[in-house]
Amino acid sequence: MGVWIMAGITFREAARKKILWTALFAGGAFLLVFGIGLRFQVGDFRNSAVPPFLRYQVISAMLMIGLYTVDLLAVVMTTLTSVDTISGEITSGTIHAIATKPLARWQILIGKWLGFVAMAGVYVAITFWGTIAEGYWIGGVMAQHPVRGSLLVFLECIVALSVTFMFGTWFSTLTSGVITLGLLGVAFLGGWLEQMSGFTEGSRLAMVGIISSLIMPSEAVWRRAAFEMESPLAGSLQFSPFADISIPSISMIVYATVYLLVALAIAVYHFGERDL
Amino acid sequence: MTLSQQDSFAVQTQNLRKVFGGKVAVRDLTLTVRRGEIFGFLGPNGAGKSTSIKMLLGLAKPTSGEAFVLGAPSGDVEVRRRIGFLPENFRFYEWLTPAELLHLHGRLCGVPSSKLSERIPALIDLVGLTPHIDKRLQNFSKGMLQRIGLAQALIHEPEVIFLDEPTSGLDPLGRRMVRDIIRAQRDRGATVFLNSHLLSEIEITCDQVVFIREGEVVTSRDLRAQQEEAVRVEVRARKLTQDCIAGLARWSESVQVDEERLTMTTQSRETLPEILRYLVAAGADVYQFTPQRMSLEELFMNIMGEDRGF
Repeated sequence: MGVWIMAGITFREAARKKILWTALFAGGAFLLVFGIGLRFQVGDFRNSAVPPFLRYQVISAMLMIGLYTVDLLAVVMTTLTSVDTISGEITSGTIHAIATKPLARWQILIGKWLGFVAMAGVYVAITFWGTIAEGYWIGGVMAQHPVRGSLLVFLECIVALSVTFMFGTWFSTLTSGVITLGLLGVAFLGGWLEQMSGFTEGSRLAMVGIISSLIMPSEAVWRRAAFEMESPLAGSLQFSPFADISIPSISMIVYATVYLLVALAIAVYHFGERDL
Repeated sequence: MTLSQQDSFAVQTQNLRKVFGGKVAVRDLTLTVRRGEIFGFLGPNGAGKSTSIKMLLGLAKPTSGEAFVLGAPSGDVEVRRRIGFLPENFRFYEWLTPAELLHLHGRLCGVPSSKLSERIPALIDLVGLTPHIDKRLQNFSKGMLQRIGLAQALIHEPEVIFLDEPTSGLDPLGRRMVRDIIRAQRDRGATVFLNSHLLSEIEITCDQVVFIREGEVVTSRDLRAQQEEAVRVEVRARKLTQDCIAGLARWSESVQVDEERLTMTTQSRETLPEILRYLVAAGADVYQFTPQRMSLEELFMNIMGEDRGF
């Protein structure tokens, strides 16, 4: 019961403090820009001699870029909105009035985590499916497996969320935010290095990418999502940056799931043990 | 040494100690708080009061020693249903209204919604916030936050209430209100563990006080028993006749007169109204009648010595 009360209050706080609405507004602005860009591109193609096959590939690539932007926004939004919830409440003393109620510490932390999971779910549902809908209605293209893609993007958000929570039980808001964003940066770079290694079959470069993905698997999850969503033809022709050159395996998705559970378990343990 | 968990005590600690990275915050705290009393916890800044309260509430883990609240080890989740707490600087989600805040805390304490719908308006009225019932906490002053913080500590009718500087930020009317609420809680059988810098408030509110310094109890005092202690009285009066002065011997063997100034020591404060009535009846014009009992503040200064930042 306590877990759900905490989850509810966390979600409501995000909504009442306008965090959720601001994030959704930013997501809405993105959808607007993406939709306008897509419409202009489709309009330009109507008056050009570009063959239909190429038109389809370009619009598909635009959709993937849009989805990649959604992915980045969702992960950063999840990190930034949740970074203050543990460390900030410890610093301000807000946690004292809650932690002295008949709730185990794990219930407080898991409740808050669930609140942000719900918030990330709402954000991903609106922006991801909004982008998919625009791609279909305006551009006439559809991702290959959008459900799988959306679930993987959601998973990536939860990975970032759990890492943010873990550091939030140790460090100040600023420090834990910097560390988490730094790790996301490592994952981002590592993911692209691994992708680039596919062109040259460079094993050392691939190793750097794999190690980066093991340190923080968020980008690997996105590359799997991209593989699931991009059409097989576009992927194999290597027309887009998301072509299936170096595809993370299902094992990496399992690893990411275990990774987030371990991060969450560490957060629960440390929050339970530390002085408030 | 192991404490025997006696139900007659609301709080018991034995050799409680807390060290933060080599710095001793609480050295060796041993105290007992009886059920149903208002207990004052006094000490200068840095004496370890807040850390001690945090250990009693399970917010901080003791380095060594034992602490029990209502017979259960400190921090026990179930016993927290019977504990209320007002932190020193009460803060909460600013977007809530007072009723929403109390509803949330009531639900966290397991109070049924049907009961909350009765208790919330009553508590808001009790702490004087009815005119502000629709405001959000972000528009509250520090004193108003203390008031709603006090209400959240009482929402589940706890058996033990820890109040850390409850009058902080309150005006005199607010302090009076807090005093009345604390007494009402005692009257319904609750124990109040009060940490306050306002010694005059402690003096007129508490049944028992302990003084701590550097995380150790220096001394304790039963303020109820103190009411029965001998008290020195200073009187300024004219027309003090020899017969009148001789008549005071029934209350005191040590009457001293210096012109219009008379001092005497009586065995109990209870005799003071009787002495005053006698003086007036004997024809004396009484301008001043002042019991000279050592105040808690004087006692505090004697115990704590020179100013150490209190």
